[in-house]
Amino acid sequence: MNEVVVDLSRLQFAITALYHFLFVPLTLGLSVILVIMEAVYVMTGRVIWRDMVKFWGVLFGINFAMGVATGITMEFQFGTNWAYFSHYVGDIFGVPLAIEGLMAFFLEATFVGLFFFGWERLSKLQHLLVTTMVAIGSNFSALWILIANGWMQNPVGAKFNPTTMRMEVTDFYAVIFNEVAQAKFVHTVSAGYVTGAMFVLAISAWYLLRGRHRAFAVRSMTVAASFGLASALSVVVLGDESGYAATEHQKMKLAAIEAEWETQPPPAGFNVLAWPDMEKRENAFELKVPWVLGLIATRSLSREVLGINDLVARAKVRVRHGLRAYRALQRLRRDPADKAAIRELRVFDHTLGYALLLKRYRTDIENATPAEIEKAAWDTVPDVLTLFWSFRIMVGLGFYFIVLFGIAFILSARRAFERHRWFLWLAFVSLPLPWVAAELGWIVAEYGRQPWIIEGVLPTFLGVSEVSVGQVAFSLVGFIVFYTVLAVADVYLMVKYARLGPDAYLGVDTNARARERVPVLASAIET
Amino acid sequence: MVPPIDYETLKIIWWLLLGLLLVGFMVTDGFDMGAGALLPFAGRNDEERRLIINTVGPVWEGNQVWFVLGGGAIFAAWPPLYALAFSGFYVAMFLVLAALIVRPVSFVFRSKNKDPRWRAIWDGGLFVSGIVPPLVFGIAMGNVLQGVPFRLTEDLRPVYEGSFAGLLNPFALLCGLLALAMVIQHGAAWLVLKTEGDVARRARHFGAVAGVGAVALFAICGAIVWAGLVEGYVIRAGAAPGAEANPLAKTVAREAGAWAANLNAAPGKWLGPLVGLLGLGVAAFLLQFKRGRLALVASGLGIAGVIATPGLAMFPFILPSSSNPSMSLTVWDASSSHLTLFLMLIATLVFMPLIIAYTSWVYYVIRGKVSLEALLASRESY
Repeated sequence: MNEVVVDLSRLQFAITALYHFLFVPLTLGLSVILVIMEAVYVMTGRVIWRDMVKFWGVLFGINFAMGVATGITMEFQFGTNWAYFSHYVGDIFGVPLAIEGLMAFFLEATFVGLFFFGWERLSKLQHLLVTTMVAIGSNFSALWILIANGWMQNPVGAKFNPTTMRMEVTDFYAVIFNEVAQAKFVHTVSAGYVTGAMFVLAISAWYLLRGRHRAFAVRSMTVAASFGLASALSVVVLGDESGYAATEHQKMKLAAIEAEWETQPPPAGFNVLAWPDMEKRENAFELKVPWVLGLIATRSLSREVLGINDLVARAKVRVRHGLRAYRALQRLRRDPADKAAIRELRVFDHTLGYALLLKRYRTDIENATPAEIEKAAWDTVPDVLTLFWSFRIMVGLGFYFIVLFGIAFILSARRAFERHRWFLWLAFVSLPLPWVAAELGWIVAEYGRQPWIIEGVLPTFLGVSEVSVGQVAFSLVGFIVFYTVLAVADVYLMVKYARLGPDAYLGVDTNARARERVPVLASAIET
Repeated sequence: MVPPIDYETLKIIWWLLLGLLLVGFMVTDGFDMGAGALLPFAGRNDEERRLIINTVGPVWEGNQVWFVLGGGAIFAAWPPLYALAFSGFYVAMFLVLAALIVRPVSFVFRSKNKDPRWRAIWDGGLFVSGIVPPLVFGIAMGNVLQGVPFRLTEDLRPVYEGSFAGLLNPFALLCGLLALAMVIQHGAAWLVLKTEGDVARRARHFGAVAGVGAVALFAICGAIVWAGLVEGYVIRAGAAPGAEANPLAKTVAREAGAWAANLNAAPGKWLGPLVGLLGLGVAAFLLQFKRGRLALVASGLGIAGVIATPGLAMFPFILPSSSNPSMSLTVWDASSSHLTLFLMLIATLVFMPLIIAYTSWVYYVIRGKVSLEALLASRESY
């Protein structure tokens, strides 16, 4: 295993995944907002709502193209850079990816063309149906990707097969209804909805600050305010659910997020602020609120939240058990009919991954020394400092969104946006924040899973392909250059169209059209 | 749960389905890549190029999903192939990815700015992304037929032992050109169907030339394999069709003429090359008579026949190893587990008819020639 290849491959995956996720949340959120706006148009016949769909639609289209383009990298990068991972878990992990294509990506990609090209060829209801399919496709897409990702966090419904040397599906129902996957899905799409709502809110606020497109902006903000408030509430509540799922399945990640080195007597106190020191394995300072962590994490007063030190001790036992599974596997290779070895493997195979952590220190891991086992056990601790702060900033932003959209909702109900310019400024400058929160969320989820590529099953460094440093460096530099150019073009077009505004883009005066209507019933079925 | 269909049958079904996916990709995305490849030749000014781009504007995105789905399906059905091929062909794969990344943005970004330099950049993107994928896929297929140098460790870790330059051997390059020629003819047929005037006239011309070229290249590649200049592979022992998948449990020999012998062993398999030759040839002929729709069908069939040919000739091999033939990947020992193949089949049976239905509806909605006036009047066009 070449350490440099591992590090470069991880860096490339992190960069391309975080970059891809700049576009995904906006697609998720904006697609639903487009459906809402178009539904209002079809139901009321008010033309300005069609203008809104068309204008936000063009921004959606630019973003969508970037999402599709960067998603292609993700679909194939498992094979190019994580070949052993692909072999080891493809039997399970490949399935949700393939179903994502069948059920979701085909749907959104096929209908997104008609969303743009179908205005003149479809009736209003048909076009609304098309827009709805794009939104459903995008959201289903997220579902299947998060089922795949959830399985990496909590690998249920699968078993190691010594004949094929890989994990294989035993219970697909468990894979789909994996608690972690379901919690992640609702949390992630809610985050996307917040992003979409913020995008519409911020740009509309900017129009109002400039005194442009009044009717258009106020209506857009009304949709964004109510949709955003509901989404911001659900992203926090469902994020809590996601965290609760983590306490059940990923105790180490939770302990790292909370910088809890020692197990506290229940109910555990919550570190509001702390400065974790990885070397000394303690917090340089901490500000603790009693009881809160125990209440959030276990939803009880009596259950413990295990600290890092205790979890490492547990990992040490698992490494030893894993070695028994590994030795049994070696014996099976020599004699596939060895009954004792089959039994031994069956008992300990769920810990096999822990033994594989030792591969970092020697190839003949069956001869590992106690010191190496100790090191391997400590390897199961992710980067506490990064997790602790990423998580806190993300959660802080989550609460901020509730407040911001709460105010927006009140102002919208009172039709008072324009009288509160401070709020319009606040909404405008808050534009980048959902992206910050979403990226930090992925850092918590993925960086927090380290050292595992599949939690407890396969260490990340073993998942990598047998490629050279030169090859990975080539693709990494290629992606960085390429993605930077695309980012410049994307931002340029986004800003260009946002500044252009709906009137110039559509060639109409949206204010004058605010009261214009088309007959509702007859028009719904005509083009 | 024990699936109600036996393992061997499922392995064969998935071999067929993955073949169909590949055909689906080359036939649907093929014509829009072909249109991209023809962009600078069939479209001589900005308006003509816009016309070409907008013929595929509403559908290219759905077409490209065949590629993404193909990747996902290989991952799920043949994990060892997914692992080996994409890490082995690392640089080639990066080129394809780069092309397919630049493609969506080129379509969407191109006409959103009037600056001719801006448009030239994205036209370039569409051209390159129309050329590179078929070329690389053809080259990859050419290498697969010859076998690729790789081994598997005891833990089944795939190790590719060749180089990028090694992929660019003469036979593989011929296969690359063949794929490119097919796609260009296919794209030309699409343009003849969807446009009128100068663009259609030029497309007819280039398409017929590409079609004749494709027929010739297919015949040459076939002759090379037939003559045994490209060696085939034969399973000597092991690789029982119903066995659990481990590619290390068999013995394979290299043998000149093995691929041709496979075709002869089941004469029905000759349908593949026959349909390939006829389809490509007839399409070139039909283009001369401005029969865009029929030419599109014929070249689509031709592409299907050409893709089926190596598949049928190699069965049950999917990726032979030239350096360690016994480690070759075959349908029997590189598939997913019994349960996974079954579940994936159910998912495919549920969703594929839906996909075909709504995709057909989209093509129905956008039927007819694309007119320059309409696309210039629309704000949503590319």
